[in-house]
Amino acid sequence: MSIWQYANPAKFMATTRKLTRWLGILAVVTLAVGLIWGFFLTPDDYRQGSTVKIIYLHVPSALLAINGWMTMLVASLIWLVRRHHVSALVAKATAPVGATMTIIALFTGAVWGQPMWGTWWAWDPRLTSFLILFLFYLGYMALWAAIEDPDTAADLTSVLCLVGSVFAVLSRYAVLFWNQGLHQGASLSMDAEENVSDVFYLPLLTAMAGFVLLFVALVLLRTRTEIRARRLHALRLRERMAA
Amino acid sequence: MIRLLLRDLRLAVRAGGGFGLALAFFLIVVVLVPLGVGPEAALLSVIAPGILWLGALLACLLSLDRIFALDHEDGSLDLLATAPVPLEGAVAVKALAHWLTTGLPLVLAAPVFGLLLSLPASGQPWLVVSLALGTPALSIIGAFGAALTVGLKRGGLLLSLLVLPLYVPTLVFGAEVVRRGAQGLAVETPLAMLAGITFGAVALLPFAAAAALRINLR
Amino acid sequence: MPDLGKYAVEVLSAYAGGLALLALIGGQSLLRARRVARQLRQAEGRRDG
Repeated sequence: MSIWQYANPAKFMATTRKLTRWLGILAVVTLAVGLIWGFFLTPDDYRQGSTVKIIYLHVPSALLAINGWMTMLVASLIWLVRRHHVSALVAKATAPVGATMTIIALFTGAVWGQPMWGTWWAWDPRLTSFLILFLFYLGYMALWAAIEDPDTAADLTSVLCLVGSVFAVLSRYAVLFWNQGLHQGASLSMDAEENVSDVFYLPLLTAMAGFVLLFVALVLLRTRTEIRARRLHALRLRERMAA
Repeated sequence: MIRLLLRDLRLAVRAGGGFGLALAFFLIVVVLVPLGVGPEAALLSVIAPGILWLGALLACLLSLDRIFALDHEDGSLDLLATAPVPLEGAVAVKALAHWLTTGLPLVLAAPVFGLLLSLPASGQPWLVVSLALGTPALSIIGAFGAALTVGLKRGGLLLSLLVLPLYVPTLVFGAEVVRRGAQGLAVETPLAMLAGITFGAVALLPFAAAAALRINLR
Repeated sequence: MPDLGKYAVEVLSAYAGGLALLALIGGQSLLRARRVARQLRQAEGRRDG
């Protein structure tokens, strides 16, 4: 018995029925614990004041914004190579979740930078990279929506995801190059990982765990929906042909 | 394949083929920008590299859907796919035709537009070099986007949404070459990156585009 | 509420926006899941009935 047994849609649906619900509940609880802990029970940072509390939203969402795209990449590859429909639908399902994580990262990142930069938006390399990533997400979702035939859509979006991944990495380096001269010091305060002391670290880990669980739960939920939607699409097609 | 190239060139140059369109569009952009941001030469010379590159980008974007759409409509794309010429080669040739009719004229006309936007004289050679190196990438990346959307009736806007993010690295490095060149700074790094992206794209994207075409022609 | 000091607006808006977005994606996912499941049940009912 290997993981590939879940490539069978029926098996996938059966397995994820209860799993999704419990994961979702666990996710909300963990996230609540992490955020409440971080928001209410941690001190302010010496340099950043209370804005350091934004870390519990910004870091996890930024991580998942990237990991969302990586999930889509792996799922797309599995679809192209092994033609498992569940895989293609996992990619499709992940995109809106990843895109939302990207917006959360952008929003919290911009707000966090406000006291430091004095403006609500700055073309900091990190924020800019995430904005570009958001555009990649949008294009991917738009292509899925534009193509009628499910298998053609799965194939084309997979190819787009592959090519897009290469260009996303290239863009990251381009943007770093584009803005490396400015804000060398100031923007590093965004990279909170470097000097996160223990008192922030544990609630941060909890919040991250909550985010990850929520991400997985949402992806599973949405994949189940996509599988059902695909069946619905097929049934409706058959109805139209018979009529 | 030469015949394919000549055929596409002839189609593009004929009336309605969009040959002068890219240049005209570039001109319009160059006229509209000062109208939008004010005529101050000091400001214009600062933003000129970016505006010129953006104009080139958008002008290339305009004619992208023609790369495959016309052939798709009359069925000649199916013929190309089953022809003895590899589809990857056909894609490369079509992208080349697109570049010859869109990118190359831009490269040649760019100095004039640079003048209009108060680009410093030191930036002019770098403008031409960066556009010459970068516009082929725009054509082949655009061909990939066009291959993805060839089956769609009004895929123009979607095509832009897909292709413009892919243009970001070329745009950033291309504009940086001009900016640094205009200021007399070293341009090796962005120039090398720009060249690398173009060569990589030209080498690899025909395969991705051909794959997308085959998917769409199924 | 802890004393957020001079950054109260920033911190609160970050949390408000972030949580709102999470609620949005979570809610939309759930609603769509229920809607599609219902439509599938109806379609299968029509096929079998």
